[in-house]
Amino acid sequence: MGHSLFYLLSFITLFFALLVVFAKNPIHSSLYMVMTFFTITCHYLILNAQFLAIVNFIVYMGAIMVLILFSIMFLNLNQATEPQKSSLLKFAGVISAGLLMLTLVGAIVKTGGGDVPFELIKPDIGLVKNLGRVLFNEFLLPFEIASVLLLSAMVGAVLLAKKEIN
Amino acid sequence: MDIAFIIEKLILISAILGISLVIAMYTTLAERKFAGFFQDRVGPNRAGPWGLLQPLADGVKLFTKEEIIPTHANTFLFVLGPSLSMFTACITTAVIPWGQDLFLFGRQVSLQVADINVGVLYVFGVVSLGVYGVMIGGWASNNKFSLLAAVRSASQNISYEIAMGLSIIALLMMTGTLSLREISEQQSGMNWNIFYQPLGFLIFMICSFAETNRTPFDLPECETELVGGHHTEYSSMKLGFYLFAEYINMFVSSAIMASLYFGGYNYPFMHLISNPNVAALIGVAAFFTKILLFIFFFIWVRWTVPRFRYDQLMKLGWKVLIPLAIVNIALTGAGILIFGK
Repeated sequence: MGHSLFYLLSFITLFFALLVVFAKNPIHSSLYMVMTFFTITCHYLILNAQFLAIVNFIVYMGAIMVLILFSIMFLNLNQATEPQKSSLLKFAGVISAGLLMLTLVGAIVKTGGGDVPFELIKPDIGLVKNLGRVLFNEFLLPFEIASVLLLSAMVGAVLLAKKEIN
Repeated sequence: MDIAFIIEKLILISAILGISLVIAMYTTLAERKFAGFFQDRVGPNRAGPWGLLQPLADGVKLFTKEEIIPTHANTFLFVLGPSLSMFTACITTAVIPWGQDLFLFGRQVSLQVADINVGVLYVFGVVSLGVYGVMIGGWASNNKFSLLAAVRSASQNISYEIAMGLSIIALLMMTGTLSLREISEQQSGMNWNIFYQPLGFLIFMICSFAETNRTPFDLPECETELVGGHHTEYSSMKLGFYLFAEYINMFVSSAIMASLYFGGYNYPFMHLISNPNVAALIGVAAFFTKILLFIFFFIWVRWTVPRFRYDQLMKLGWKVLIPLAIVNIALTGAGILIFGK
């Protein structure tokens, strides 16, 4: 049951992820991306990580994708107006993407994934209470540093967006 | 998972869906009646006694009208827009606790479809999903004004979601749980959260007005500037779904406000009633009374306050509500530190 569910979900995830790349229309592409994020949320739910699932749902599906759609709607992305990249650039893109995939596959093989079914050491770790305890005890410093990083990124964005006063 | 459990949940889900649709239906009538009252008119009174059959007549009218899909519109997305609006409006009710447990046929029946322990966040997730219906519909219509309305709606929803989330954080600091059931249980009797979180409630309520696109925040549909709104190109029941989803959203956000801040199904002196079933049923009645009062408030505001200008809307969201919500978090933290909750 658990295994077949996982494979079905992974198939749907990859299917939508491929559609993101192959869709001609950028709006369709971003809507497929919304579906991809939704299936990833389902993956988190299978892993019993409720908090992560719902946060993925709110942040990626509800906020980030809305913003992406928002900005795409303002652009006029037609075949005619869009400058086509030269074939050399396309070739370079394929090679670099292939290298990235090689690295990822290598990393997964090296960590010894393979045929061993994945087992959660602590199945309840994804619940809000446990996650909060771990986050605010063991990983307090990285957590705070990450928040400062986000804050500085936000301030930087505001600074860049602000008009110059001469 | 036995058969009785599945039947029980099926009955509960159908009942909740039916009740929310009927309430939304009659909210449209109530809105027109109150609008008539506020403007010193009679309001709809032709269909049935006191116009009680008016919502049915409206429904028949919308269903039998000609359905037009613009030639250059994207058909699939054009249909998906209103469906998504309706869908997201209906699924929030799954986590709302409608009452205490009932004891029927030797079983303990929970009046909540799903008690997930991240209930509050689930509500937020669905709320943030709600904007897709408007955006997709507005874009698929292939109409400049619809697109502008969709973009407006998206930016409004995103802006007010932030303040809404921050206002709820203060509440969660007090309750210490994300489950709507536990939040309701903590407010037993008259121990309602509104007495501890008045500022948080105010912010939350303003944001719910903005999220449901009700006046004074009904910028996505603005006849004077946008011809109609995101649904300019829609006709027949697809337009009906967009309009109807707003009323269901009103019902749902009233239910959320009632259960988060106004005690949910709790009422004063509830511990004096010894029969648990009677106590639970009175609780359900109390909950629906609160919901209806909130719906009345939504209508009251709509016919009293004019619409904001767009820059005023953004200013209120970003420069007033978000700082206020952060101040509220700080105040709540200080309160918990001094008084120990």
